[in-house]
Amino acid sequence: MTKNGKIHFEIDGKPCYAEKGKSIIDAAKENGVYIPSLCHYEGVKPAGSCRLCNVKVNGRTMTACTTPVAEDMVVENEIPELTELRKSIIEIMFVSGNHFCPSCEKSGNCELQAMAYRYQMMVTRYPYEFSINNVDAVPDHLFLDRNRCILCKLCIRMIKKDGKNVFAFNGRGEHLHVVMDEQLASQMSEEEAQEAMEICPVGAILKKEQGFIVPIGSRKFDKTPIGSDINN
Amino acid sequence: MDILLDIQEEYHHIPSEAVEIVADQLDLSRVDVEQTITFYHFLSLKPVGKYAIYLNDSPVAYMHGRADVAQAFEQEAGVTFNNVTDDGLIGLWDTADIGMSDQEPAAIINGTVFTELDPTKVKTIIRGIVDGKEIAEIAEEVADSINSKDHLRTMVKNNIHVKGAVAFADYKYGEALKKAVSQTPVQIVDEVKVSNLRGRGGAGFPTGLKWEYCRQNFEDEVYLICNADEGEPGTFKERVILTELPELLFEGMAIAGYAIGAKEGIVYLRYEYRYLKPYLENVLQQMRDKNLLGKKIAGQKKINFDIRIQLGAGSYVCGEESGLIESMEGKRGEPRNRPPFPVEKGYLDKPTVVNNVETLCKVPSIVLNGADWFKAIGTKESAGTKLLSISGDCQKPGVYEVPWGMTINEMLDMAGASDIQAVEVGGPSGSCVDSTHFSRSISFEDLATGGSMIVIGKHRDLLRDFILPFTNFFIEESCGSCTPCRSLTIILRNKLTKILNGKGTKNDIDELYNWALQGKPANRCGLGQTAANPIITSIQNFRPLYENLIQTDQEYLSEFNMEDAVAESCEAVGRIPNIHTN
Repeated sequence: MTKNGKIHFEIDGKPCYAEKGKSIIDAAKENGVYIPSLCHYEGVKPAGSCRLCNVKVNGRTMTACTTPVAEDMVVENEIPELTELRKSIIEIMFVSGNHFCPSCEKSGNCELQAMAYRYQMMVTRYPYEFSINNVDAVPDHLFLDRNRCILCKLCIRMIKKDGKNVFAFNGRGEHLHVVMDEQLASQMSEEEAQEAMEICPVGAILKKEQGFIVPIGSRKFDKTPIGSDINN
Repeated sequence: MDILLDIQEEYHHIPSEAVEIVADQLDLSRVDVEQTITFYHFLSLKPVGKYAIYLNDSPVAYMHGRADVAQAFEQEAGVTFNNVTDDGLIGLWDTADIGMSDQEPAAIINGTVFTELDPTKVKTIIRGIVDGKEIAEIAEEVADSINSKDHLRTMVKNNIHVKGAVAFADYKYGEALKKAVSQTPVQIVDEVKVSNLRGRGGAGFPTGLKWEYCRQNFEDEVYLICNADEGEPGTFKERVILTELPELLFEGMAIAGYAIGAKEGIVYLRYEYRYLKPYLENVLQQMRDKNLLGKKIAGQKKINFDIRIQLGAGSYVCGEESGLIESMEGKRGEPRNRPPFPVEKGYLDKPTVVNNVETLCKVPSIVLNGADWFKAIGTKESAGTKLLSISGDCQKPGVYEVPWGMTINEMLDMAGASDIQAVEVGGPSGSCVDSTHFSRSISFEDLATGGSMIVIGKHRDLLRDFILPFTNFFIEESCGSCTPCRSLTIILRNKLTKILNGKGTKNDIDELYNWALQGKPANRCGLGQTAANPIITSIQNFRPLYENLIQTDQEYLSEFNMEDAVAESCEAVGRIPNIHTN
């Protein structure tokens, strides 16, 4: 315990302090260090699924969202090896789905798109898969476009109706996809649909009967890259 | 899990109404119940056939005539694979390795295993089905003495070729447990620590240390789980232990339970070995009757320990200890993020030790003979013996208990194998090695293995018939949670296919290798971290095979095929593709 009951650790040589047991990603944020992630939401049980937040902890590759900080832990974050790994993961996401940013309602507010800008992805090194995915538009206020889904599990973990999960995984491996409980999703109000859309980091969950509401220039990532609110 | 399996076995699928009822009873949404069902190969939302035929489609099965057998099934049943006949009577399903690599081709039909299939046997089976016979009537053939016992009666053979000094040594069961309970649990943990016993499932974690960590986290409840979910293609030694030495295993579990303070031990048995369940339950009852399990065991008033069997439902990744625990809790078998480790928060969030079947079978003899005796067998870092499951191109496929440190060459001689191109040491998740590695030793410090040893002859097409299907196996079995494991494996498969189709250049081999290496450490569990091993190790050891397939006169070759691309639209408008090439 070195500072106000907080433990000391370091990220890329920068001395940091956080409460013991806090995840590296949240602890880093507190200390003004941005670690990229597409499946983390502070306060929600981490899934460790996108793998972007992989950092080196005492030389080992670990996800920052699932690993708690420990006294004098040495974390490497902005190193060429990890930058390259993260960029490759973003590229994998782009080729696995069908992401057409210019026509997507979430463009400018999409975290995957913003992440690609941050990591300066020009083209992907991998060939596109042109996977075929169904769109589900049964509920009154919501639709689910699986072409854009990155399987981050945020909707599964966060969106409930009457205490039950509205979204769930289905299948495994290559066939893994997200499904909506049509009965529960149909009962969701417009406000709840809006909230669900905001939880989705990409444009997979969208509120019906609206689109392109925020003008270009005022969108979340129009002027500053993702993570710039944290980095100092 | 038991509820879902019962419904599946009764109705040959899990009907919509049943999903509704289960969801209501457990206060879950429908999709929540369905996400568990769709995770497992042997659970299905659609009917799989009154007689569901799950035919192994692993490379080893193909080595022994799987293609002909599959064709015979399709002809006789009148339906193609992964479909059900119109009358709903017969379903044919491609299935990952079912643990019968020493007697392939093999299939599971309504829980019963059929081995060494050929087209003639297939005819008899289908005729029996059409005549309305019970599956037990059709499978009347019985293998050897032990497999003909009551509650078992199966055609599965044990094929034990070498009985080693530890698991297969003569022993009188009950003695080790009696000796163990006369000592303190800490003494037992120390003895196992000193013995240098390491986990036999593949990862090789020191067993005594695992037990000690669990003791350090002791709570009111701790659990001991025996991992009997051997899913690595080419392994089957646990099937043989469970048939031949169940008492030894259960005694090992009782000792381990005593050492960590667990009152309950659970065997997580892969669904493929469902046929062993009544037999194992009968053995458990006999041991309870002899006071070796249950309350006040081995005459000690304070010691209670009992064992139950939990069936899996068909998922390779459930062999990973935290995926196994998730599955035991009735969920999708997605490996957990660690920390916390199972010894801190495991089954039902209580400290839990998960040990492999073979590991637990080594415990009684360590207790009886001492750590030094055990350490004297094997090598410095790999104490004791190892059970190998040897399959493929050899005269004597089967189980061999050998001291650690045996070379691959010695192993090949022992199994009667010659003209060998490659050995998959540790199965697809291990390494595919060529003859320059055959003088290396089988041990944790050199060539580690969980037991699978697939011997591949020189006449085989290694890349097309092994590396590609193994890569597909990992794609199919990935839980899908981690991006690289779910999606990079598909990118790699496509690249490998491009090379196999003669459309590759040198650059494709380099990219395939580099991409595979890069994704490796980024995944959560062992499956993801080893999924690219068939590709990585085959490029390392068999690069000329790749080089023979590529175009050497070109830097770049398009995968795009104009004729294929326009085929659909041409058909729609009734045109013949007219492609101009220079």
